[in-house]
Amino acid sequence: MDLSLSTRSVGDRTVVEVGGEIDVYTAPKLREQLVELVNDGKYHLVVDMEGVDFLDSTGLGVLVGGLKRVRAHEGSLRLVCNQERILKIFRITGLTKVFPIHTSVDDAVSATD
Amino acid sequence: MATVELRFSALPEHVRTARLVAAAVARRAGVDESVLDEVRLAVGEACSRAVGLHQRGGIGGAVRVALTDQEKRFLIEVEDEAGPAAVPASGAAAGADPDEDTLGLAVITGLVEDLEVTNGAGGGLIRMSWPVSADAVAV
Repeated sequence: MDLSLSTRSVGDRTVVEVGGEIDVYTAPKLREQLVELVNDGKYHLVVDMEGVDFLDSTGLGVLVGGLKRVRAHEGSLRLVCNQERILKIFRITGLTKVFPIHTSVDDAVSATD
Repeated sequence: MATVELRFSALPEHVRTARLVAAAVARRAGVDESVLDEVRLAVGEACSRAVGLHQRGGIGGAVRVALTDQEKRFLIEVEDEAGPAAVPASGAAAGADPDEDTLGLAVITGLVEDLEVTNGAGGGLIRMSWPVSADAVAV
């Protein structure tokens, strides 16, 4: 399965809905999308990972890169994920401490801290 | 001799194939269903790392994945042809985000208990293994 990406605005937040597999082959597409959003002045991102079937460290690297980019503009990058096998990868790498991870898009969009 | 052996050009688009084959062979060997996600991820990480080493070094060649059904363990070896130890990234491969290699090894280390990472003159080798359930019946 390939990677699918779609974006929509909710208030001042931009929700990026990701589906499929994020790996060494597809991660560059996600990177391009995040870079493009930041270049367009979208600094508050919510990445919805509920449709992601597979995530590896290349994908994690892209998310960390995205976080650095939005933070350079005092922005935020929040994740939405309830899938245990995906959450496990964030835990193994200690990234649960780096990313705010929410259980729903609504929750992520309304979060302010 | 490996149960199944796979060699692919060191390109990102083939890593998914390696993941799928490894998971299928592991399942057949009797690796517990609950661990297959880990096997898939670990093989993917090892192959991604190998591909990255080739690409960053500007080296062609192939990645070899050997899947061996031993009596009580399922052994996976991922070998690259990227030469001795990691060559310092020249410009860190156009637009690459930092720490990918470090993250990849962190994931593998966190997932796999029986792990060995070595480096020879020809390239690196990652060996990892998982237990096979005794009552596994190959279908």
